[in-house]
Amino acid sequence: MTDRRYPAEVTADFEPPPVSFEDRSGRTITIRAYDGSESARESLVDMYTAFDPADRAQGIPPGQESQIRRWLETILADDCLNIIAWDGDTAAGHATLVPDGDAYELAIFVLQAYQEAGIGTHLIEALLGYGVENDIEKVWLTVERWNRPAVGLYKKVGFETSNAESFELEMAIRLAPESDDDSE
Amino acid sequence: MKVLLGIGGSEDSIRALKKTVDRAESAGDDLTIGILQNPNADRTPDEIESQVREYLSEHAVDATIRHIEGDPGSSLVDIAESEDYEKIVIGGGQRSPMGKIQLGQIAEFVLLNSHTTVTLVR
Repeated sequence: MTDRRYPAEVTADFEPPPVSFEDRSGRTITIRAYDGSESARESLVDMYTAFDPADRAQGIPPGQESQIRRWLETILADDCLNIIAWDGDTAAGHATLVPDGDAYELAIFVLQAYQEAGIGTHLIEALLGYGVENDIEKVWLTVERWNRPAVGLYKKVGFETSNAESFELEMAIRLAPESDDDSE
Repeated sequence: MKVLLGIGGSEDSIRALKKTVDRAESAGDDLTIGILQNPNADRTPDEIESQVREYLSEHAVDATIRHIEGDPGSSLVDIAESEDYEKIVIGGGQRSPMGKIQLGQIAEFVLLNSHTTVTLVR
């Protein structure tokens, strides 16, 4: 993991949550930071229980409810940053930043009924805005090479390819200038 | 079944060791455990060997242990093919902090190049 390359340029012009917008199907979607409540967590369990396994990425989200709960326990921990896209009381999408040394790993999921409505773009921008707000410097992710819409979205917001030598494409973005104690 | 297990010392390879030895015990596999030189692993080949011997001592499996020199992926594939193994077993990948499954370079090479059946242990 030490050979990951981050862009030299900083990209940090993102609006943090809360963000409200009308999606391309006319639904009013509100993106809010995860508040740590049990009801928000249960809404995520519902979202991932209904999630189409065809949209799994490298084994996540898991398929069984017990595994979903165990996985959410890890990524909803206090040292992670989570935001949820709400359609009323329904969790339509979720994006997360999980600490990994001096950087954070990013993942984003949109429930099938809410895909291709522009929610993914708003989610990732809001998550990166939330990251800037919380002084995060570097973010990376992996994405399937064939998933062109996702790769296009990540490029659009400022991610660059950081490692192209594995099955999955690895991309990275810099949200803040390199700090002094950074000795890469 | 004549099985060649390749382990390089990463966490997933240790899991593969346990599951493969357990299976060999119940299925009566003819098991060879190949210790690979994985530069990304935390354990040295000698540390791996003592871990292998310790696990084997708790099970009624008469496995052969050998150290495989050189490039791990290609050596494993070459040995399996030239010595008529029926199956290669390797670890099924590490997990990222997010929980995503990530295949290492050894697994990638073996999957794409082996003419012998490959099992990834999860």
